[in-house]
Amino acid sequence: MVTIDWSNFTPVSALLGGLLIGVAAAALLLLNGRILGVSGIAGGLLQPRAGDTGWRLAFIAGLLASPLLLLLSGTMEAPEFASPLWIVGAAGLLVGFGSRMGSGCTSGHGICGLARLSKRSIAATACFMLTGFLIVYLTRHVF
Amino acid sequence: MKNISVFLIGCCFSLGLCISGLVAPRKVLAFLDLFGAWDPSLILTMAAGLVVAGISYLVTRGRRISALGEPMQIPSNTTIDVRLIVGSLLFGAGWGLAGVCPGPALVNLGFLSTPAAVFVAAMFCGMALFQAFDHWGTTQRPATVDA
Repeated sequence: MVTIDWSNFTPVSALLGGLLIGVAAAALLLLNGRILGVSGIAGGLLQPRAGDTGWRLAFIAGLLASPLLLLLSGTMEAPEFASPLWIVGAAGLLVGFGSRMGSGCTSGHGICGLARLSKRSIAATACFMLTGFLIVYLTRHVF
Repeated sequence: MKNISVFLIGCCFSLGLCISGLVAPRKVLAFLDLFGAWDPSLILTMAAGLVVAGISYLVTRGRRISALGEPMQIPSNTTIDVRLIVGSLLFGAGWGLAGVCPGPALVNLGFLSTPAAVFVAAMFCGMALFQAFDHWGTTQRPATVDA
């Protein structure tokens, strides 16, 4: 049986943040004709092609700019990581390898792909949600 | 012009990750902890993002050129293959280990967080590793076409 943690439920900020994420994905599609998939945009930097690097760097600069501004203005602090560094490193390796192998991550498959009702993205999202739930179950309730 | 709009889109996206809570590993892990004290907040984030992104997809459907005059680059591959499945399973395992996926990793880096720097460095290593593995694979077998 699922127990919902109402004390940490944040529906308003979750919806508002989701709207901004959607607006960003919509704007990149409308203005630039691109799918907003962070692993694809970042991973493309490792296969540089002429004229294809600038927009990727501009996007990543934008990703870094908002948190830096929030931090320096004292609006928000750096979120705390929940795991020791060696786990963080192992997780990063898996996320990098897996997202490139599976051609996408939470943004590209989970938001943009599902929004297009792409069969591949529906399958990919089901797979990463499955192992996400499974690993958290194992690390929190078994080991 | 093109890169300025992409920069602002990146700012908007990362602000969304910060406000929604997706940037916080503990929030993500609580969302993935279906059998513990489950925090369903991020379902609403996904739903809101999906609706807005879905509308933009309907509006641009059939167009070949974007509003700024660039070619629309929508994946056309519809084959569910082993790479997609295995890659997504591995990605989900990494996501569940630390509660961090690529967007939030880079946003946490913007917060000048040391663990985020470790995660991002490892993530790029993982990406490069896959590329090397993929390159090795395609030199052994006939090339396959991917979206």
